[in-house]
Amino acid sequence: MTTTEIAPVGAAAPEHVPYRPPRAVRYGATAGLLVLLIAFPLMFPNPTVTSIGVFTMIYLVAAIGWNIFSGFSGYISIGHAAYYGLGQYTVALITIHAHLAAGWGLFGLLPAAGLVCALASIPIGFLLLRVRKHTFIVLTIAVMFIFQLLAFNLTALTNGSGGLTMPFPTWTGDFFNMPFYYVGLLCAVVAGGVAWWVRRSKYGLGLFAIRDDEERARGLGIKVTRTKLIAYAASAFFVGIAGGLYAPFVGSVYPQFGFDPTFDLAVAVLVFVGGIGTLSGPVLGALVLIPLQQYFYLQFGNANLYLIAYGVLFILILRLLPGGIVPGVTKAWRGRLVARARARQELAGAGGTGQEGTGPPGGTGPPGGTGPPGGTGPPGGTGPPGGTGQKDSGPKDTRPGAGQKDRA
Amino acid sequence: MSVIQVTDLKKSYGGIRALAGCSMSFEDKAINGLIGPNGSGKTTLFNVITGYETADSGQVSLRGQDITNAKPDKVFEHGIGRTFQITRIFPQLTVLENVHVAAQRQGFVAQARGWDSTAERERAMEVLEFVGLARLAPEIAGDLSYGQQKLLEFAFITMAQPSVILLDEPAGGVNPSLLQHISERIRALNSEGVTFIIVEHDMEFVMRLCDHVLVMHQGSALTSGPPEQVRADPAVLEAYLGAGPKKGS
Repeated sequence: MTTTEIAPVGAAAPEHVPYRPPRAVRYGATAGLLVLLIAFPLMFPNPTVTSIGVFTMIYLVAAIGWNIFSGFSGYISIGHAAYYGLGQYTVALITIHAHLAAGWGLFGLLPAAGLVCALASIPIGFLLLRVRKHTFIVLTIAVMFIFQLLAFNLTALTNGSGGLTMPFPTWTGDFFNMPFYYVGLLCAVVAGGVAWWVRRSKYGLGLFAIRDDEERARGLGIKVTRTKLIAYAASAFFVGIAGGLYAPFVGSVYPQFGFDPTFDLAVAVLVFVGGIGTLSGPVLGALVLIPLQQYFYLQFGNANLYLIAYGVLFILILRLLPGGIVPGVTKAWRGRLVARARARQELAGAGGTGQEGTGPPGGTGPPGGTGPPGGTGPPGGTGPPGGTGQKDSGPKDTRPGAGQKDRA
Repeated sequence: MSVIQVTDLKKSYGGIRALAGCSMSFEDKAINGLIGPNGSGKTTLFNVITGYETADSGQVSLRGQDITNAKPDKVFEHGIGRTFQITRIFPQLTVLENVHVAAQRQGFVAQARGWDSTAERERAMEVLEFVGLARLAPEIAGDLSYGQQKLLEFAFITMAQPSVILLDEPAGGVNPSLLQHISERIRALNSEGVTFIIVEHDMEFVMRLCDHVLVMHQGSALTSGPPEQVRADPAVLEAYLGAGPKKGS
């Protein structure tokens, strides 16, 4: 291909301002967080506190798993409780029918729970993923309720509304939560590793392309059905594992708590609050919101008051940080760097030459925009793919750091 | 020799006949211009050829192979890439990632590897250099100006090295200097054997660039030939002025 005598399009190159913190900062923060999470139950061994930690780990696994599909592909599922419940029933049924003793051995069933959910998700996903946006969301909810109805009515298998009771581990009070916490943390690390791999793989790039413009992605040779289905199954796998961890922890499984619509809302809200489609958003959302939820639960009892708090928080986030906390903070951070870079360029006399189409690309709002994550469309907004609003002839929006950029 | 041949292609949207038995062929390894008044069916023809729309009837063939109503990914596998009238890039991905999306890999292991393998990255940077966007590689694509997005779309199409590239109004909303830039790239690729089919309303652009011009009117082919011949055809002028086709009159 000819590469000689190529004039760059536009003015002199603007200084590139990274969209994410430096790698050393990101890896350092991840390692620090991991150390903190490992040390947490040792520093705060109170069973009340560690039980909050266990719930946080369960939701963390579910949130990371949910984000692998909904965050990366833009298909918002409000029906993953189907797999949360299925994971619970898988572990409970195997334990009961195989007469397994309570204890460490039950954790060996977690991969089975994930696998059953992943297998179940393939035909379901094959049907659901033919539709998009609002229709997809409604169908995912329908699937979840179908599973709940089946759990209520297949009494020979599930004992219906009577639920299933699992054997309880004989661990002592102070120690009881520890195995669940650390196994949950291990599952979260694995889920996070898979999410990280998806984000940087060629496969994952196709998934992100689907999020931005599915038909365009298909026109570039991406097998969109297969790509979405793999992500959906991976997502179901981790949500199933979260369910599989929950069942032995509480010692019982009921249709209304297994296939629980509020689980779906909680997972979606915490990912949206943290930053949908990012690697760190689900982690932040789970680590902030689940302890908060548990605090409300302990303070006010089982009245689901936390849902009101979730609602208020969700509205606040939509108003103040439309992309979620991680993109919002990153945007503000980048905005400062863009302003500094611009000041440097102006000092050097290299900035703002006034040529057409030469506005510095950094820090401007993408045409696709950063629409509020209202749960009805692909993350990153509602503008037409590729956008239409920016012309060469006009000066570009120079507000620093506008637009959702972070996929940290 | 023709590269793409459409035969008696029909496509209707409700009562509107976008393609009314359209038959035409595009020359291989040439820069083909496809012109016609608004609503003459040019974009619909592109959409049908590339699988974004299904034809009601008729046939599309690529070098003799039937590709009628093949899905867009299959059409792409056959070596046909396209750009859109309203630019369609991946606005939340970086410029470099956009180009990498089009890089083709087969097999699970290849898909599981990082998206920016060394060989592909070199190729992607080469493609971006080719369209003059290399320095913007790490920027978010949605931040680019409209003209730059046009070039980016053109860049990621070339990344996959298709043998035929369909450009839908590449000059639309692009300033003259960028247009010159695009023209140079088209000529350079064509000299390497890539066939172009270009839908465009900018007659100067078409007449200056294209080897072969085809004219559509009311969903079917009106005339075709070298630019000078088409420019002199009174039927073409009449079609644009709304007097209706009177070929040969």
